[in-house]
Amino acid sequence: MKVEFWRSAEEYAASRQIEELVHREFPAFASEFTDPVGRRRFLQLMGASLALAGAGACTRQPDEKIVPYVRQPEEIIPGRPLYFATAIAEGGVAMPVLVESHMGRPTKIEGNPEHPASLGATDPQTQAAILSLYDPDRLQTITYRGDVRPWGAFLGAIQLAMTAQRSKQGAGLRILTGTITSPTLADQLETLRKELPNATWHSWEPVARLVPGDDFTYNFDRADVVLAIGSDFLGCGPGHVRYARDFASRRRAALSHGGTRLYVVESCPTITGSKADHRLPLKPSDIVQFAQAATGGAGLKTGPSTQDFLNAALSDLRAHRGRSIVIAGDTQPSEVHALVRQLNETLGNIGSTVVPIPSIEPRSIDHVASIRDLTAAMAAGQVDMLIVVGGNPVFDAPADLNFADALKKVGLSVHLSSTEDETSELCHWNVPLSHALESWSDARSYDGTVSIVQPLIAPLYGSRTAHEVLAALSSRPERTSYEIVREYWLKTRGLDEKQWRRALHDGFIAGSAETRGAQAPPRPQAPPGPEAPPRPEAPGTARGPNPEARGPIEIQFRPDPTIGDGRFANNGWLQELPKPLTKLTWDAAAYISPATAERMGVADGDIVELRANGRRIHMPVLSVPGHAADSVTVHFGYGRRRAGRVGTGVGFNAYPLRTSDAPWTTRGEIVKTGQRYSLATTQNHFLMENRNVVRVATVEQYKQEPEIIKHMGHTPPKTLTLYPQFEYTGNQWGMAIDLDACTGCSACVVACQAENNVPVVGKSQVMVNREMHWLRVDTYYRGEPDNPEVYHQPVPCMHCETAPCEPVCPVAATAHSAEGLNDMVYNRCVGTRYCSNNCPYKVRRFNFLLYQDFTTPSLQGMRNPDVTVRSRGVMEKCTYCVQRINEGRIAAKREERDIRDGEIKTACQQACPADAIVFGNLSDPKSRVVKLKAEQRNYGLLEDLNTRPRTTYLAALRNPNPALAGEQAEAPVRHED
Amino acid sequence: MSQIFQRSTNTLSRLSIFGALIGVGLLLWITVVISRSGYVTQAGIAREQPIQFSHAHHVGGMGIDCRYCHTSVEESAFANVPPTKTCMSCHSQIWAQSPMLEPVRSSFRTGQPLEWTRVHDLPDFAYFNHSIHVKQGIGCATCHGEVNRMPLMSQYSSLTMEWCIECHRAPERFIRPRDQVFNMEWEPPADDPDFGVKLVKQYGIGTIEHLTSCSTCHR
Repeated sequence: MKVEFWRSAEEYAASRQIEELVHREFPAFASEFTDPVGRRRFLQLMGASLALAGAGACTRQPDEKIVPYVRQPEEIIPGRPLYFATAIAEGGVAMPVLVESHMGRPTKIEGNPEHPASLGATDPQTQAAILSLYDPDRLQTITYRGDVRPWGAFLGAIQLAMTAQRSKQGAGLRILTGTITSPTLADQLETLRKELPNATWHSWEPVARLVPGDDFTYNFDRADVVLAIGSDFLGCGPGHVRYARDFASRRRAALSHGGTRLYVVESCPTITGSKADHRLPLKPSDIVQFAQAATGGAGLKTGPSTQDFLNAALSDLRAHRGRSIVIAGDTQPSEVHALVRQLNETLGNIGSTVVPIPSIEPRSIDHVASIRDLTAAMAAGQVDMLIVVGGNPVFDAPADLNFADALKKVGLSVHLSSTEDETSELCHWNVPLSHALESWSDARSYDGTVSIVQPLIAPLYGSRTAHEVLAALSSRPERTSYEIVREYWLKTRGLDEKQWRRALHDGFIAGSAETRGAQAPPRPQAPPGPEAPPRPEAPGTARGPNPEARGPIEIQFRPDPTIGDGRFANNGWLQELPKPLTKLTWDAAAYISPATAERMGVADGDIVELRANGRRIHMPVLSVPGHAADSVTVHFGYGRRRAGRVGTGVGFNAYPLRTSDAPWTTRGEIVKTGQRYSLATTQNHFLMENRNVVRVATVEQYKQEPEIIKHMGHTPPKTLTLYPQFEYTGNQWGMAIDLDACTGCSACVVACQAENNVPVVGKSQVMVNREMHWLRVDTYYRGEPDNPEVYHQPVPCMHCETAPCEPVCPVAATAHSAEGLNDMVYNRCVGTRYCSNNCPYKVRRFNFLLYQDFTTPSLQGMRNPDVTVRSRGVMEKCTYCVQRINEGRIAAKREERDIRDGEIKTACQQACPADAIVFGNLSDPKSRVVKLKAEQRNYGLLEDLNTRPRTTYLAALRNPNPALAGEQAEAPVRHED
Repeated sequence: MSQIFQRSTNTLSRLSIFGALIGVGLLLWITVVISRSGYVTQAGIAREQPIQFSHAHHVGGMGIDCRYCHTSVEESAFANVPPTKTCMSCHSQIWAQSPMLEPVRSSFRTGQPLEWTRVHDLPDFAYFNHSIHVKQGIGCATCHGEVNRMPLMSQYSSLTMEWCIECHRAPERFIRPRDQVFNMEWEPPADDPDFGVKLVKQYGIGTIEHLTSCSTCHR
């Protein structure tokens, strides 16, 4: 049976394995009892366990202590959380957050709703930052060559070395940082440079922008037509959380007047590509050519379909002058950026939808050139003293520079790091770095707004901030970061006490974003026009694909979508988070197109050797529908040698192939090795067969016939059921998920994990379908595998009105609540798993083993105290965040009022950048969720089963350009009754 | 051929069948009795504390309101145990030299908190919220007993689910006016059998279905 929507190549080909997968709850051998134990022995063991369990249950609860304060802080009410505004600046750019704190323990991170860069939403990495804070593998003490030393000893050693440096004006002093947007840190570095004019500040961020200079912010809420050239503006980079919100809101608002349109040109499928109305997969060198052709340069060599795509996009853009955006990805070569800028100028977008701002970095430089200079100096023995502030250059610096060897020639090396990593191993002094939730600092967000970073908790270990370590180099070494940051803002920047307090309360300094107004800044360099000779590239600037190089395949480097450049490798939540689109967990793979895979004769999991520039790496292959042919995308960040108990030795390292002259794309060869490797992807887990699970129409179709979505399925009458009808006297809860807005970013999955104490299970358990995420995001494809349409569908518990799980539980551990919830009672569950077997949506998760870590002390502090921590043998599932519902209901009753619409937000809803998830009271006709469910786009998943789900979906709508009609899918399939 | 079984076998077999049944029943009954006894629930057992604090003296004798110490009872799930400073607000003046209060003074001096043994300890999968019970007219004494008569603090009720549900199924039997919540001596008016029913309506207490939904207490 050919299917319209498919989730994997197997399903596309309708293979036999997939049929077997669909019919089994868990894969073969995952649920069988395979131990070589006979029937009698089994019964004996069971009998003994039962008796022991019975006897063991007869114990009294152990005594607990209550430890009150000696002097209770005024604002703390024991049992009620407090929220503090701060910011997390991983990779330099601030993500403004509100952090929930229970009696001084931060437990949950949310976006700051008042900050323009968040509007309340977050991304998966920010959600997972709480786990990094409590990571038991954090560096805990200052060490010198492996021996524990006090801070005073470190200060002494530094001051001694600085005395020598002062005599030669800092000629031997080098400081290496990542991307810095902190005004205070920049000021400290500037002061240091004045004291020691010969000292040098180097920067290296593995995912730094290629093009130094001014930044742009984009107003997607004012753009009707967007052309993204190699840009994943919805998925990564500064501002992506805000952009996803703006993009979705414009799309929603524009439904009434024709809709918005997104064109995407990219090599590797991204979540931005998945939202495209028209997507064109091109290999990296063709993308450069595409940009040239778009500005009237050289013609296209990639065929007529590309030309048609370009013509359609260009005429669409021209028809929306001032209301369109052309955006190039940060990894595109400077040439593409110049061309894109030219396009935006011609289209009149500069100042309206594309706003130039001064660079948010205090010093915008080419990171590749900077690390190259540093390594050369180190290798030449010119560096007496190197301070590495964060980062892990031994692991992630360009491979051709041999950073590790050069580091060994440094007289005194200091590494400030949160964990003991590859760089710590080779540095003399290791100083633990404070987590953002333990630090005073500041940082700018994508638009330049400054957030003050304030601590939620005193450092768990004797860690220090970058400010304190830099202060150690100065003449006033004993200052705390609070004094440093406060002094900078109050003395240097002239904030008064009231403004300072306001900034701490709000999470940002209002009006601190510097703007250039509508005027475009002078261009940093003339864009190469059609006649202009090729601009000679300065040595060290990153180059695009070299057209002269001939190789059978183009290799593209990208940071891993979940663990980034490797910095989150020890974060189990991000390791286990299925990567958007491929749903790969715990590994990096070489992504190639299905056609390329077929041509090479490789299957998913075959290990290939990638060769480029005389270097080689091994990596398993994963064919990704929609990937550009003749190119391969490798994600760096995996293969950490020293990361901690979670990340060490996990996956394959791509950095050895990444060189300083080709950090993002290169040419090389791909060779089959014949070895196999098991990849844990959840793509085929919890399949729901193909029963109108995803419903899609075009904007045109929907406008002409709004009932079209309803007609795609069959809704049986409500009376056609054997279940008792529930009468609702009060509130009843429901959820609407807008598939048109959902980008598949998976922030909701990590938010759910953090809120509900969901455990991490590990790769081997993921491979047997035992991941515990209460919420999964399914990816569906439609069309041919070379460039399919992509749809994302978050699937939490549906909280069915006639729930199939409820009647089959022998101990009534899952029951209907008076507010329509499908409650799960852990203390009653005996683990028969009948409920999970009977759930058509496959949203129930069973603790096959003791997945939860009950013993590690630091992790106990992290848990949400409002949610039970589940043990082995217990079924669990999405509760609609019942702890938040109860909290909201109690608060309303305390104040003798009704619960306000929007007052109770589920964790997934709160984290969603696209505002795709709306939760609310179905009994309140004025609530937002009721209005959404009244839309004609609204449909229930598998509603022909008459389960009457409370979670429903709003169908995705595409807005194809009529000029490109034909490449779009055929008319929607109607359900035949 | 002689009989294999004698006549007495009938009696013996009857005895063993009924004996077994009664034996199993007895075992079950004993289990039930033990699991509800003070030995398991710890009801009625006074606990060892760093200071043998007397509610009878402070509440019964001095007439101090519950909320003087348990400040968060109206706002939070947790009715907090007071910080040392609260004790010292009086005991820096009264009984300031009493050897019995040395642990309090030393805590205040050194900043080391007092460690009290929890008397009312629900299982971790049950989420009780003080603020809503107090708001909806459930008196302190209903669950904690007349602490004004307790020289040493002990758990008054069994705190079993059976005991919780007793009230959640029939709140009208236990509800009292909001202004009497902190009154230890309050008695329902004997002349008005509908008193509780009226209050349940007036305070907008949820239906029995709401009060007995699993997620009301378990999450």
